[in-house]
Amino acid sequence: MFPESWQKLSAHEKYEERFKAWISPPNVRFANPEVEKSFKQRVQRIKDVVELKKPDRIPVCPNIGFFPAKYAGITAQEAMYDYQKLGAAWKKYHQDFLPDSLASCMLATPGKVFEILDYRLYRWPGRGTPPDTPYQCVEAEYMREDEYDALIRDPSAYWMRVYLPRVFGALEAWGLLPPFTDVVEMPFTGAFMVPIGMPQVQRSFEVLLEAGRAAVEWVQAAGAVDAEIMGTLGVPSVLGGFSKAPFDTLGDTLRGTRGIMLDIYRRPGKLLEALERLVPVMVELGVRTAAMSGNPMVFIPLHKGADGFLSRENFSRFYWPTLKAVLLGLIDEGLVPWVFVEGSYNQRLDFLADRDLPPGRIVWMFDQTDMVRVKEMLGGVACFAGNVPVTMLKAGTPEEVRRYVRDLIEKVAQDGGFILATGGVVDDAEPESFRAMIEAGKEYGVYR
Amino acid sequence: MDGSVRALVEAIVGMREKEAVELAQALLDAGGNPLELLDACREGVEAVGQRFEKGEYFLPELMLAGEILAQISGMVKARVAAEASAREKRLGRVVIGTVKGDIHDIGKSIVSFLLDANGFEVIDLGVDVLPERFVEAVRQFEPQVVGMSCLLTLAYDPMKETVRVLEDAGLRDRVKVMIGGAATNDQIRVYTGADAWGRDAMEAVSLARAWVGR
Repeated sequence: MFPESWQKLSAHEKYEERFKAWISPPNVRFANPEVEKSFKQRVQRIKDVVELKKPDRIPVCPNIGFFPAKYAGITAQEAMYDYQKLGAAWKKYHQDFLPDSLASCMLATPGKVFEILDYRLYRWPGRGTPPDTPYQCVEAEYMREDEYDALIRDPSAYWMRVYLPRVFGALEAWGLLPPFTDVVEMPFTGAFMVPIGMPQVQRSFEVLLEAGRAAVEWVQAAGAVDAEIMGTLGVPSVLGGFSKAPFDTLGDTLRGTRGIMLDIYRRPGKLLEALERLVPVMVELGVRTAAMSGNPMVFIPLHKGADGFLSRENFSRFYWPTLKAVLLGLIDEGLVPWVFVEGSYNQRLDFLADRDLPPGRIVWMFDQTDMVRVKEMLGGVACFAGNVPVTMLKAGTPEEVRRYVRDLIEKVAQDGGFILATGGVVDDAEPESFRAMIEAGKEYGVYR
Repeated sequence: MDGSVRALVEAIVGMREKEAVELAQALLDAGGNPLELLDACREGVEAVGQRFEKGEYFLPELMLAGEILAQISGMVKARVAAEASAREKRLGRVVIGTVKGDIHDIGKSIVSFLLDANGFEVIDLGVDVLPERFVEAVRQFEPQVVGMSCLLTLAYDPMKETVRVLEDAGLRDRVKVMIGGAATNDQIRVYTGADAWGRDAMEAVSLARAWVGR
């Protein structure tokens, strides 16, 4: 897909190549030339706002969770298990509201795969949460406080032999596996293979194969739905790849909130070392997943760095440097980090305006941050998106929503570089209020 | 308060975990009054809460204060069994939980911890709490305050339902209801029928204090 001389291209050339691939997706069959035109137009709008220009109109890209299920009258459980119902619900959402970005039905995730693996990091509908409630993370110390050295020495081996056996009940036996780096010479290799012959390890691989088959069944079904929506409505996905801030990877996935917050005081040196170690791992994750999807936008949800979580001092020491390194690593590969700034960042906006980050290469999507301040700090530096409150979409009136959108656009969007989005992830909303947001965005968002 | 007790309070407020625990141990070993020790811890944690309220302290500090308090309480309880905690006079009682369908507990647990540290008796019902369980707990414990927490937007309706069920049970007038969590605001307070909402854990403490007249 990319030229052979890829490694020799500059970051800017890579960026242009990636957008070329995105605007003409090989895996989408467009229903007619008009749909294809509107797809390209929507991608071009995103490119324009990323580059801090004024497009023809502001892109309207709500951040969607399980709202399409709720709207279509199916449960979250049905969305996670019944791909027919999933597809019908997500198509209905796009047809009825016609946003400028795809709400990928893959975000509903495949319940069957997790069930086969006995996934313990999450509870999901039918497995610990009610049928109409989305999946939720179960906070715990999946990495113990004395395991920093093992993680730092070899993150892959740590994940495979320690972390996975804890979060997947079906892979408990992987604690018996040797690291793959044992395979150095022939005499070592026989010994390496022996644990793989043990009955419990054999069983774990059989289960893994089954989970893999279930995942392929899901990706084919859900991928076809996404492709059909793109091909019939001309709505591109704005989530190409994904990655995380190293502090969140360590805090959400491994140590848990309590664990990582205490580590700041109890073992700051090890914590910093581990965060550094995860930078290339998180860059590689973003680069690879974006390449797989043929879409340069890399979704990064921020969690534990928000106002109220850490002091400025701790944010600047533990959270920001490695997040910045990941952003730079992705930008250097021609990618565009699409950073979902959850909670509020009123006390952190000066960090986001960091001069080391090249202008016009990031989208910051805000939740509860003051958008006027955002415009002051990031205007002309980076594209920003936001922030229609999900509370208003649920408990407000359509008229209130229209007013909010109009005011927001008037106050912060006049110079371009802006995407209209919801503040939080929409799981539940009043359809008429949601519609009011989309329509107001399209109406007031036209640049003349 | 003698010098080493004062030093203990300062160690807690200054986030010097090792020093705080060692000081507490030394005080106990020297025959110090365990109840005085617990009061010192409470004073320290209250001061930590105040710094949190002022935006000087954040989650790591609250969590570390909780850890220090737990360790010292453990040491004290090993000495004087249950009477230490039983004799405390409390400002009031709060029933708290994360509502039906939502299993997030960090915010709720911090609120519980700070309410407790600020002199309230807290009955923490945990997460995914059905409206009926709130009702039962209000009947059984007769709290002045009910606190509901959520992170998900899908928890608005369960909050609203919980308030309605309290009303149906004829208990709504006997309690003040506060809500909190990242996805709440005043609009959601109105929607759910709660009496107040709080942006963070110290606001929950202020609300509860105001309601019990302290």
